[in-house]
Amino acid sequence: MGHDSEGSAAASDEGNTATDRSIAPSPPEGHGVGSTIDETAASVGDLQIGAESSATSHVPSAIHQDEPRPPLPPRPGNLDLLQEGNYSPGSSLQRSKKSARPQLQSTATTALSRTDINTQSYQDGSRETYAASAETTPPSKPAGVFGSIRMFKGLGGSETGDSASVKSYAPTLEAGGDVESLLGEVLGASQGSPAWKLLSTQYEAPDPFDSVTYEDDEATVEFYREFDEIRAVDPDGGNEEQQLAQWQLKRKHFLILSSAGKPIYNRHGDDNLISGYIGIIQTIISFYEGANDQLKGFTAAGARFVIMSQGPLYLVAISKLGENDAQLRVQLEALYMQILSTLTLPTLTNLFANRASTDLRRPLQGTEPLLSALADTFTRGSPPTLLSALECLKIRKSQRQVINDTLLRTKCDTLLYGLVVASGRLVSVVRPRKHSLHPSDLQLIFNMLFEARGVKAGGGENWIPLCLPGFNKNGYLYMYVSFVSASESDGEEADDDRSESGKQEEIAILLISAKKESFYDLRKMRDAVVDQLDKNGSMSIIKAAVRRGRPTATDIVPGTVLRHFLYKSKGNVQFTMPSYEPHFTTMLARRRLLSLYHTLHASVHAKNARLKVHHCISRDSISLAWVTPLFELYCVAGPHPSRNALAQSANKVVQWVRREEERVFIIGGAVF
Amino acid sequence: MADSAGAAPPKPSTSVKLVLLGEAAVGKSSLVLRFVNNDFQENKEPTIGAAFLTQKSHLPHRTIKFEIWDTAGQERFASLAPMYYRNAQSALVVYDLTKPTSLVKAKHWVAELQRQASPGIVIALVGNKLDLTNESSEAADTPSTTNTEGAAEGEENADAAEENGDARKISTKEGREYAEEEGLLFFETSAKSGVNVQEVFTAIANAIPETQMKTSKTQAVGGGTQTALGAERVNLNKRAEGAKEGCAC
Ligand SMILES: Nc1nc2c(ncn2[C@@H]2O[C@H](COP(=O)(O)OP(=O)(O)O)[C@@H](O)[C@H]2O)c(=O)[nH]1
Ligand SMILES: [Mg+2]
Repeated sequence: MGHDSEGSAAASDEGNTATDRSIAPSPPEGHGVGSTIDETAASVGDLQIGAESSATSHVPSAIHQDEPRPPLPPRPGNLDLLQEGNYSPGSSLQRSKKSARPQLQSTATTALSRTDINTQSYQDGSRETYAASAETTPPSKPAGVFGSIRMFKGLGGSETGDSASVKSYAPTLEAGGDVESLLGEVLGASQGSPAWKLLSTQYEAPDPFDSVTYEDDEATVEFYREFDEIRAVDPDGGNEEQQLAQWQLKRKHFLILSSAGKPIYNRHGDDNLISGYIGIIQTIISFYEGANDQLKGFTAAGARFVIMSQGPLYLVAISKLGENDAQLRVQLEALYMQILSTLTLPTLTNLFANRASTDLRRPLQGTEPLLSALADTFTRGSPPTLLSALECLKIRKSQRQVINDTLLRTKCDTLLYGLVVASGRLVSVVRPRKHSLHPSDLQLIFNMLFEARGVKAGGGENWIPLCLPGFNKNGYLYMYVSFVSASESDGEEADDDRSESGKQEEIAILLISAKKESFYDLRKMRDAVVDQLDKNGSMSIIKAAVRRGRPTATDIVPGTVLRHFLYKSKGNVQFTMPSYEPHFTTMLARRRLLSLYHTLHASVHAKNARLKVHHCISRDSISLAWVTPLFELYCVAGPHPSRNALAQSANKVVQWVRREEERVFIIGGAVF
Repeated sequence: MADSAGAAPPKPSTSVKLVLLGEAAVGKSSLVLRFVNNDFQENKEPTIGAAFLTQKSHLPHRTIKFEIWDTAGQERFASLAPMYYRNAQSALVVYDLTKPTSLVKAKHWVAELQRQASPGIVIALVGNKLDLTNESSEAADTPSTTNTEGAAEGEENADAAEENGDARKISTKEGREYAEEEGLLFFETSAKSGVNVQEVFTAIANAIPETQMKTSKTQAVGGGTQTALGAERVNLNKRAEGAKEGCAC
């Protein structure tokens, strides 16, 4: 192992930790501690995707210890790190080596592809950024990832613009280890920016949560209108100004355009309304493109613009909600994955190779609601996206075992993956030993089923061709979906509020196959699954767990000062959290909570590693981020408790998770 | 899943596979929703992939269980369509009578079905969104004599009508004549108001020769030819039908 030396550093450096864990051949040790087991199992699990490629390069034997695999494999992201680690631990990385990656991947034995999903499952935003640009920038072209801020300042003085953009060549990309610190710099730098000031009202100022104070009345009202539709411009243009004003009030925008400047998707407003803006953005982007210097982001008018270039597409996020660049990039990446999921990569590439001016809207027909569902999830604030992790339905281990066994027993030949999902939380997965499921793919599926309404609205069973880019971005799989109502009586309820309560209604049986003709096979399997789950009592257990909802923070730790927390098990790529009740029931309160989580997340992922615990005290909350090699924990309490009380509660949460580990997470899972 | 003949009430029950085809947003899913749940949604989200639904239809002398494939109609999945219509005994090809391109698309589907689907497949051509015209109360299957004017005049009428809030772009005559030429059932419907929706499905059920229902698994060759407006006349003798599996895999 070329990086034994990093072993000791692992505890302090996120990136390296991941690297080490995923290639370390160390046999399972320290079984005494729950979380250690989990960790070991997970790192072994991590291998199965990364395995082939690392095997090809450096670690021949580490790979085959795949006994206790976690069901959801792992962070493909580790791969990159892993390879970086191999090549140049902690020092600058040669571009050319990186560009060799795709070949390594293509030698993998399974159909798994990694290139594009990498970014998705990074839990460390900054590394995510790194991966994204690594893929999209030709090796010879250094890209100024984080130069943006400086660039922006430079642009202020018009003729310094160029030199500023040259500065943006800052070698951030070249040094794997430095990326995080550079992100930190950006955060620092942006503190002075208008956007940051605007946001700081959100974090530090009055009441991040429920009660509305004088200062954010306006913001409150605005945010509640965030999802209101902007009407089309009248033919005579009479209402244009008014609609534009509404457009500008939106806190968050997503735009997707082709490199030729054709609009493909935008979340708010129609093309006519915002064509001017699209033109400006296109011009800015191509100005930098012309200078061989990809523009990654800039700040203007209190909004952060982040631009991601993916093949023939530009994806742009414009946010006043205070995420950092890396976090916004994760969101853009998810939108891109949705486009791949609709089209597959070869189709996307061919469309533009044949005609650069292709209008992608037509081939994407029907995808817009899915993109908007993702976009709105991000705008409302999404723990799974922030953490790049999945949530499971909490049930007893033995109960989950019964469900797994049921799926295995009823499995038909054409099955690739079988899943039971309840209200957006995973209940059970079965999969072939050699294939894993990628969190980014599951995110797309969950979004399709539980956030967008197209599938549920169909009212029947569904047969959905889709590409799961994490699995294979070159082809389609076919997904059988059938919903089972979770309510005791089959009472119909309109769920206009797509939040927790809306989602809780449904249990979905998902059966995925590579064969497009296998609908009737899978349908038969579904009938058998549901029948047996009914008979062996599992269905009522699932329904009860769904109806019970998540426990509140005080249910979990009696008497705790905590109002909410996020606990992510890094090894399992899963997280758990308490109910949003009773403190975060409104959309605004929840958004603020999530904004706080984003800040905490950014702060522990930004610095070059040493930061393990981060306290944040504001007038209305005290909060804490705590990162270890095993987990990330983010805790939020009201304004009054002491740090000590907070720390105590954090410890209790960790103890609780350790105790409940095999209930809140799927460990091992079922393979065939 | 299919009712078994033994347990069946006096009325025999048979299943009919039906596929809906047509351009996106013409109202295929809405027609199904109206038929299955007697419901309508103003802003229905586009279908993703294809939806499979079942619905029983009670005819005077027998019960038909429809097994319905509601496809999304997106071009990128055109290559999947054969899977849905291959074993279908019937097809609803839907267009939006306020949108001329949708009829062009519908004709393509009809041609493809005639080429590729089982020879006896019963095809109904359906012009939907009748409520957007100002004759929405008028049943679509009124004799075509109401529309004997020349095509040009028909257009004029349509234009004039648009000023009265009539969005119709495809005259009844145009749809009907095409349907007659091709030997299709023809209806103008509104999923929104419900006009003619039940009728379409009933007509299809009546138009399917009984032999086909019985033997649909082993393709009946040279099955029923229908006359455009004669759906109601194709009243077949009924007798107990054996149960038919829903599975065609
Ligand atoms: N006015 C009117 N609108 C309809 C009718 N049928 C469907 N729609 C609307 O047309 C849009 C597309 O309908 P949908 O059923 O999803 O079309 P599909 O793509 O063919 O399945 C939806 O907004 C429906 O509400 C109808 O009969 N009249
Ligand atoms: Mg539809």
